[in-house]
Parts: sequence; structure tokens; C-alpha cells
Amino acid sequence: MKKRLGFYLLLAPLLLWLFGLIIVPHIDMFFLSLQEKLGPGDYQTSLANYAAFFNEPLYWNTFARTAIMSILATMITLLIAFPVSYYIAKLAQGRIRAVLFTLCLLPFWVSELVRTFGWMILLRETGVLSHLLQWTGLAGQPVEMLYNDATIMVGLVYTSMLFMVVPLVTTLDSLDNAHVEAGYDLGGNGWSVLREIVIPHAMPGIVSGSIVVFMLCLGNYLTPILLGGKSSLWFTEQIYDQFITRFNWEQGSAFGFLLLILSSAIVWTGLRLTGQNLSSTMGDGGER
Amino acid sequence: MNDSTDQAPALECRDIVRTFGKFKAVDHVSFSVPEGSFFSILGPSGCGKTTILRMAAGFLEPDSGDIYIKGKSMLGVGPNKRPVNMVFQHLALFPMMNVADNIGYGLRRRGVAKAEIAVRVKAVLERIGLADSGAKRISQLSGGQKQRIAIARCLVLEPDVLLLDEPLGALDLKLREHMKVELKKLQNDFGTTFVYITHDQSEALVMSDQVAVMNKGVFEQVGSAQELYYHPDTAFVAGFVGDSNRWRGRIDAADASSVKLTTADGLSFAATPPKAGGLGAGGEVDIFVRPESVQIARAEADVQAMDNRLQGRVESVLFNGANSRVLVREPRSGGEIDVALPQTGAFHELRKGEDIWLGWGKDQAKCFAAGEAG
Amino acid sequence: MTTATKTIRLALVAGVALAFGAGAVQAETLRLLTWGGYAPDAVVKMFKAETGIDVEVTKSNNEEMIAKLRATGGGGFDLAQPSQDRVTGAQSEHNIYKPIDLSKIDSAKFITSMLEATKGNTTLDGKVYGVPHIWGTSGLVLDRSKAGSVKDYTDLCGDAVKGKVSYRLKRPTLIGFAFAMGMDPFAAYGDKAKYQEVMNKVEAKLIDCKANVKAYWTGGDALLNLLRSGEVVAAMAWDTGGWKLNKDNANITFVAPKSGALGWIDTFALPRKTKAEDAAYKWINFVMQPKIAAMITASAGNFTASKGADAFAEDALKKRFQDSFPQEAIDNIKWYPPVPAGLEDIEGKVLDRVKAAK
Repeated sequence: MKKRLGFYLLLAPLLLWLFGLIIVPHIDMFFLSLQEKLGPGDYQTSLANYAAFFNEPLYWNTFARTAIMSILATMITLLIAFPVSYYIAKLAQGRIRAVLFTLCLLPFWVSELVRTFGWMILLRETGVLSHLLQWTGLAGQPVEMLYNDATIMVGLVYTSMLFMVVPLVTTLDSLDNAHVEAGYDLGGNGWSVLREIVIPHAMPGIVSGSIVVFMLCLGNYLTPILLGGKSSLWFTEQIYDQFITRFNWEQGSAFGFLLLILSSAIVWTGLRLTGQNLSSTMGDGGER
Repeated sequence: MNDSTDQAPALECRDIVRTFGKFKAVDHVSFSVPEGSFFSILGPSGCGKTTILRMAAGFLEPDSGDIYIKGKSMLGVGPNKRPVNMVFQHLALFPMMNVADNIGYGLRRRGVAKAEIAVRVKAVLERIGLADSGAKRISQLSGGQKQRIAIARCLVLEPDVLLLDEPLGALDLKLREHMKVELKKLQNDFGTTFVYITHDQSEALVMSDQVAVMNKGVFEQVGSAQELYYHPDTAFVAGFVGDSNRWRGRIDAADASSVKLTTADGLSFAATPPKAGGLGAGGEVDIFVRPESVQIARAEADVQAMDNRLQGRVESVLFNGANSRVLVREPRSGGEIDVALPQTGAFHELRKGEDIWLGWGKDQAKCFAAGEAG
Repeated sequence: MTTATKTIRLALVAGVALAFGAGAVQAETLRLLTWGGYAPDAVVKMFKAETGIDVEVTKSNNEEMIAKLRATGGGGFDLAQPSQDRVTGAQSEHNIYKPIDLSKIDSAKFITSMLEATKGNTTLDGKVYGVPHIWGTSGLVLDRSKAGSVKDYTDLCGDAVKGKVSYRLKRPTLIGFAFAMGMDPFAAYGDKAKYQEVMNKVEAKLIDCKANVKAYWTGGDALLNLLRSGEVVAAMAWDTGGWKLNKDNANITFVAPKSGALGWIDTFALPRKTKAEDAAYKWINFVMQPKIAAMITASAGNFTASKGADAFAEDALKKRFQDSFPQEAIDNIKWYPPVPAGLEDIEGKVLDRVKAAK
């Protein structure tokens, strides 16, 4: 009896959190999203807000663009984070390791806004990099590196790096060096050892890191808005606009739900394509 | 030792040296392993045996000296290009692959055709008695099965030399005893040259054709198990291989065939000097006497003919069937002497507190200059 | 129950009540939802010294004010400062404000014409929902040495300033361009079809103009940096931004466009669930004193509706104002009329299409 009580006491905060802060607002949002606005203060229940997403090319184009750029950002983050993580987990020793890890953490000691402004100072036409290029003679005139999709990509990758490095370092750390050596010993070269031994072992970390980074990119608001160019639409911006500047909470809620459903579908597809499942990724991390 | 055949040894190390910072892990070691033999390197942890093995596998390069496999120098040859394979201490089976894929890994790396791989994997699985385990996951195997898979994974590549890094260390005692026999059998069946490192003397003695005893980066002695056991060259070997009673004393008189010494407690012994000689009066020496070399007698007369005689009192009897021992307290030094009970059962009625006589010949007492013994 | 225990209990209850009551008095606060600079620390301190009331300032903008109050049905704040054109629309749709009791306002402290205009603009069903506080305009901020050719919003699309132009993708831009193109969007407010027509033309113009734009600015600081660095020489922005830059670079200043600057008035409005109504009236009457109003002008950069505050305003600021606004430009200011509900949707879709256009 006492044991049961303890169990429920431990469970209570989780349930409260899940229910009060996640489930209830979502139910509320769901009902809101089913309200079609006919006029001031006049609503009827319909799927019109969802239909609007599919009927207006602008909306789903924006979503597709956001999703594709997020996927791309996730891949680039993975490509950069993997060698970094491998170095931290397997090659770096003692203090260097701690220093490198801290370096990855460093950008998170300032707010996202400050970080983004940092990039703006670096990349703007009259910014540090532009001056440097002119000073070295590589460029004859000021170079504008802000306000385009590549800048968004840089910002997203930079912001996401830590969330890829941490799970990767954790899984790579648990990779027995002997497995890598055995891979070489039995005739493998660097590439085949990476492909057949290191990557399969790190797969749970790769998948969980990728999911986190993808979701973070998809849900990012500041980076695309501040670094993006004249035509760079981002889906979260659409949601914000619907809620705040157009007072159209009904449409905003529908967009919010669509974001949730579509991004879940993308993650699910990604898991399917790589032959992973969520429980092995988030759970025991595979057998050792 | 391989001079009689014209064939190059499977593995030969010539004067190899390897240091880590200021630490000399391997200090001018030379040896050669004949084709098809089971060669063990036995030594305490930190003696440098793992370093030798890793240099042979190619994970480390020697600072100087050379390593030959079948007469070819391996300097600068990567681990994936050497005709040797290694069984790791914790086996390092790939958990994300099933048994067949583990065994087929090396063949895939060599670009062997898929069908051919399947045939060869099946064949090797049959030979190790795990014919229908190919589809199993590694986690479904028992400790002994994993052991055999790890060895099969290497042997399927038909390496010139198989290196084994204490692979039995993780097993429980009973399975370890069983695997010793099994390993030896596998080696016989496949006829592959095994180089085996261990700190467990019984593993080395049971399985090996040749054992090298290693300490502090050098080979103390290389020889068969019997040679090491009965004719140790150094104090370290005498102490490390098998059990011994030992005393330290100062030489009263020495010649080529015998040494007379007195311990600090005033006990006098006669012993046999090492082949290398070099012991003179006044020098400090250690003597080693194996428990089974000591004769027990109830009366002094029975050991009258022995070079060395002691009287003591039975401290305890450790009955263990054929390996029964008795601990005898020697009154003058207060030290304990470990004596094997005759397998005939002659003294099985010995009781604690009895006074008995012990005796052994000087041939049974090996004498070495005092130093650090294993 | 004995008398003794009864007395003790009473004493206890009284003590607790007293403690809470005293706490409530001590912690009287005014939760103010306003714009940056409208409630400078010095003023907040003076108010506290005079009345004992703490002011808790939350900085926001028109859209977020409405969103915040809508989310709570008019709770969470005791006094808000939406622009006068955004009061009645939000009120009729979301019912987030309560009427102002004009008898508690010291109307002598207000510039009469401005008070009357705001009262008119914020009246719904015969009740007044807002009184004026601060007013200003948006127009052009130009580097006069490099963008002398720009006289009106449409000139931002000229070749002379190609690639060195910035404006927001927000409704003032749409309104401004409509005026500059010779249309009157305010006159079309009442007729959605007509307004849609106006907006369609503006949309075509803005898409056409897109190549000229360096970036659509999103925050005031970002725009100021663009102008300061010279990456942008002509922008559509608020007057205060231009005057701020003018302090550092005499070439840059605010210019009222030919078709007229767009004038806004930020008001005081009472959220429906305000919990400190008296404190709110006290604050309104306090900040409308000429000296205090001048302090707020110095902090916000814009002038207030306080009668006589000009006398205390900084001379440099007055000078900049006069430079930007000759008398005919003042007369030409287009004051925002109340926005009818539902226009945001039309505008929003136009803005989306402009941003999506290649």
C-alpha cells in the first residue's frame, strides 16, 4: 500500500505536467482550430481552417520549404557534428575533452537573440567578414552575406549543434574501442569500419539527435526571421502572424496542429527509412 | 628452435622496443613462433605482453626492431593488411550483426562473393559445433559460444597467426577450465599458429607448446611448460610459475653444483645454483622449493639422507583430494611451509599440532641471486 | 466553547486578516501594458514616492497587447496603451476593455482637440474606451546626402536607391503606399470589396518593388543598424527612429512624405478585468502633468497629448520636429481612423503574397 502511494506520488508531477501543460492546451487548441470565423463574434464548426492550408499554395509551400530546409539543416548538422563528437568521445583525452565539450556549450550561455545578432554583425555587408574579405583582397567591394537561405542554414546549424553533439558523444562514448580495432583487424578500412561498426552503433544517437535538431529547426522562429531574406517564409512565422497580427487564432491553431501532425509524419517516415524505431532510440539504446 | 626447418617462422620479433613516454613497455624482445604451434606469453599485468600482441596485430608500431610474419616484415603495414587476426579480451563481437554476419565480416571485406561467404561461414560454424546459430543475435549466446564465435570469426579468414588477448579472463572458473581444453582442440583442428597472452599460468601451461615468461618489458625465459616449471632460469620464473616455498639468505660457500646458505633466522640450507652461475660467498640469494618436493616424515631418521631437514608442527591440513596440502610452522623462523601430501594417502591422518620432520634434496631447491621474484 | 477560546480565535482571525490586508495595501501595484519608453524608471519612482503604488511595466506592441488581453479575456493587466485605431475593433470582437470614467480624468491637462478626437475614435455604443497619451507619425527616414530623390513612399522603388531600401511587411506600409499611389485606403475602410481592390494594387506595386529592397526590417534596432551602417539609405519608419539617428549623423533624419505622414495616437485603455482601477486613473493624471509628460517625451522620443508640456521639452528635439514637419506637413498628417474588424485578413494575405513573390 505504502509502495503504491510512493509510486503515485512520483508519477503525479509527470501526469500534472503532461495533462495540465500539454494535453489540455492541445485539446483547447484543437477545438479552436475547428471554429470557422464567419464574422466578428460569429463562428461555426467546420474544417475550413484545415482546408485553407491545402487550398492556399502559399501555406503548404511555406510548410514544404520549412520542412525541406529543416531536413537539410539536420543533415548538415549531423555531418559536422559526427566527426566533432567522434573526436570528443574517442580521441580527445581528459581536459581537452572537457574544453571541447564546453566549447560546444558556450553559445548557449547567451540568449538566442544575442547569438543571432552576433551572426548579423559578422555577416552583414558592413560586417566583420565582409571587411576581412576586402582587407585580404579577396573581395573588391562589400559582400552581403545576410538575408538569404544560406545564412538561415548557418544560423540553424549553429544553434542546433549542441543537440546533435550530446547524444552522439554519449553513444560513441559507449562504443568499445575493441570493436573498432576488431573492424580493422578483420580487414576493414576506415570507411567500412565507419559504415558497418561505428555508425550502426551510433544509430540511436544519430536518430535521437536528428529528431531533436529537426524539431528545433522546424520550430525555430528568430533565426529565419532575423537572418532570412526578403522571400524567406518560415512556417512558425505563419503561425505567429495568424495569432498575433491577424487575430485569427482559429487559423493559427489549425496551422499549429498541422505542424504537429506533419512533422510527426516526417519523423516517422525518417525512422522507417533508416529502419529504426522510437523505443530503441529513446529507450535502452540498443544492446551492448 | 626453428632452425631445423627451412620454413620461416609464423611470427618472429627481432629486438623490438616500445616505450610510452618514459615507460619502457617492451625492452629489446626477440622471439620466434614456429608454424602451427601454440605460443603463450605469460606475465603479470603491466609486463608488456599486451603491447607485444598489439604490435604484432599492427595497432602499435615498435620504436625499433622488426616484426616478421612468414618471413615478411610488417613494419608500416596496417592492421587490416596483416595476415594476422586477433581475439580480443572482451571478444568484441559486433552486437548489431548476427552470428553469421559477424563471421562473414572479414570475408566481405576481402570481397568474397556472397554465396561463397555463406558456404564458408556455414562450414566454420559446423566445425565449432554451432551449425544452426548463424541467425542468432550475439546477445542470445552463452559465454562459451561467444568465445567460439570470436575465434571462428578470425579462423574463417585463415590467418597465418591468431593472436589471443586473454580471451578466457571474463569466464567463470568452470567454463574457463572447459575452454582451455576446447581452445587447444580448436588449435589442433585448424592447425593455425596461436599466440596467446595471459596472466594465468595454468592457462599458459596447459595449452601451450612454448611459453614465454615476461616481466617488466623483457622475456625472462622461453621454454616448454615443463622446462619452466622444473628448470626456471630466473628467480622471477621460479616464483611466478607454480607455487614455491621460499627463503632468503646469505651464501656461506658456493661452487658450480651447490650453494650453502644461512637465513637471517639462522636456518641453513643447501641448494642448486642456476646454470648461469655467478654466485659467490657473501651474496644474498633466494631459494625456491616446490611443495611437492618436500618429503614428510614422522621421525628424523626417515629424512636423514636429505640435504635439507627441518622440524615443524602441523598448523593446518588443507584437504583437496589429490591436491591436498599441509601447512607446517617452522619454530625458529616462525614461517609457514607449504607441503603437498603424498597422493598415496600416507599422511592423511595428520592432525593439527603434530610434530613432524620435513626434508628435501639440494636438487629440489633452486637458488637465485636475491631480487624481485614473481 | 468558552469565552476565552472564542476571544483567542477572534484575535487570530483578526490578526491573519490584518496581515493579509496590510500586505495588500503594501503591495498595491499597477500592471501597465505599454510601449518601450512610455514609463521610464524615473517617472515610475516619482509616482511611487507620491502615491505609494508600484508600477510593473510590460513592454509590448499593438498586436501583442490585443493577443495578451484576448487570451485572458481582459485580465492580467490594469492599464493598457493600444493605439486609438485598434481599440474599438478589438473591443467589439473580443470584449477586452471597460469604458473610461471620464469624470476621473483631469481633462484640463489634455490638449483639447486631441482628447476630443481620441474620444470620438474610441467610442463604441456610446461609451468611451480611450484617452490619448502619446502621438507620433511614420514616414520616411532618409540619408539626405544619398537619397535626395526620395520624396514619397513610391520613390523607394526608384533606381536611385536600388538595393538600399528597407521597410516592414506590416499594415502601415500598405496604407502608406496606397496614399502615395494616389488612393485613400481610409475611405475604403468601410467597404471590404473596395479595400481589397486598393490592396491588390498595392500588392502589385510592392511585388514590383521587391528587387529594390535590401531586407524587410523586423525590429527597430535592426533598422537603425542598417541605416547607421549605410547599408540602407532610405526606409519607411517611425519619426523617432529618424531623430535618434539624426543625433549621430546630421544627414539622416525623418522626412514627412509628400502624400502625408501617417499619424497615430497611443491611448490609455482599461482592460476589462483591471484590478487597480483607481491606481490606473492616478497614473493617467500623474503622467499628463506637463513636467512629467516632458520626461516621457525625452524617453520615448515622441510628443504627448499633455497641454503645456512643449514648454518643458528638449530644444534639440523640438528643432528636429520642426525640421521634419513644416506647417503644411503637419496639416497633411493622415490620422489612422479606427480599423474595422476583418481588414487584417485581407492585409495579411497581401503581405504573405508579397513575401512569397520571387
